[in-house]
Amino acid sequence: MPTKTIAGKVVQVNDEGFMTDPNEWDKDIAAEIAQEEGLTELTEAHWKVIDWSRETAKGLNGKSPTLRQITTGTGVSTKELFALFPKGPAKKVARISGLGKPEGCV
Amino acid sequence: MADENRHMAFICSKGDLDMAYPAPIMAWGALGNGIEVTLFFTFWGMDMITKKRIDHLQLAPVANTSMKMSMMGVPGNLGIPNLMGILPGMTRFATWIMRKKIKQVEAPPIREYMEMLVDGGAKLYACKMTVDMMGLKKEDFIDGVLDIVTVSDFLDMTEGAQIIFV
Repeated sequence: MPTKTIAGKVVQVNDEGFMTDPNEWDKDIAAEIAQEEGLTELTEAHWKVIDWSRETAKGLNGKSPTLRQITTGTGVSTKELFALFPKGPAKKVARISGLGKPEGCV
Repeated sequence: MADENRHMAFICSKGDLDMAYPAPIMAWGALGNGIEVTLFFTFWGMDMITKKRIDHLQLAPVANTSMKMSMMGVPGNLGIPNLMGILPGMTRFATWIMRKKIKQVEAPPIREYMEMLVDGGAKLYACKMTVDMMGLKKEDFIDGVLDIVTVSDFLDMTEGAQIIFV
């Protein structure tokens, strides 16, 4: 399994660069990945999505929830979710939250 | 190809309940991956964006060789005989089964899918020739349909895109 150094910590990642062990994740890592993904800062609204996704991922084998699960679960609207994580929220939420790509399609 | 530079355009030409789904499912996945999405509705696909029709898409069991009774829990490979399919209420029944199956995988009804796509930044257009043929107007369409356009307009705005016909 390849590793990558993010925010000074060595973490395991898969071929696509998604972290494979949610326990290796911390908030500094999230902030650094967010920068890589073009988000200048993580606001309270971002954290609401990240925290909920991480909590939900415990029941999803470490995989990120799907976008519709996020909107229905957090109450964040689709429009807002795409504004918070523009250009590819499914992948961005997963990467920043230290989770695998969502396995559902909706 | 990096997802950021990708553009996918879907031509939706069918209004049956089952055939209404492939494009929105793929389009939603594309938006989630950061791919630009355009949807062009033509012919029966117009039902997917017409206010009066969007909540009433159906699936007919007649001449449908794929829909087997296994969907209703009957083991094996038995089809629904066409002769049975023509009975009153059978289309409603097949539609009910399909809607139930769609709900089981957490996929929303087409109306909600269209709202999600629009909110996610997809661009929706209606085919001018079909609009003229069916006597439709822009007011007949759900919110989010940007314009009524010709094939030439569609081709201009999807230059370089991956075009998928459903």
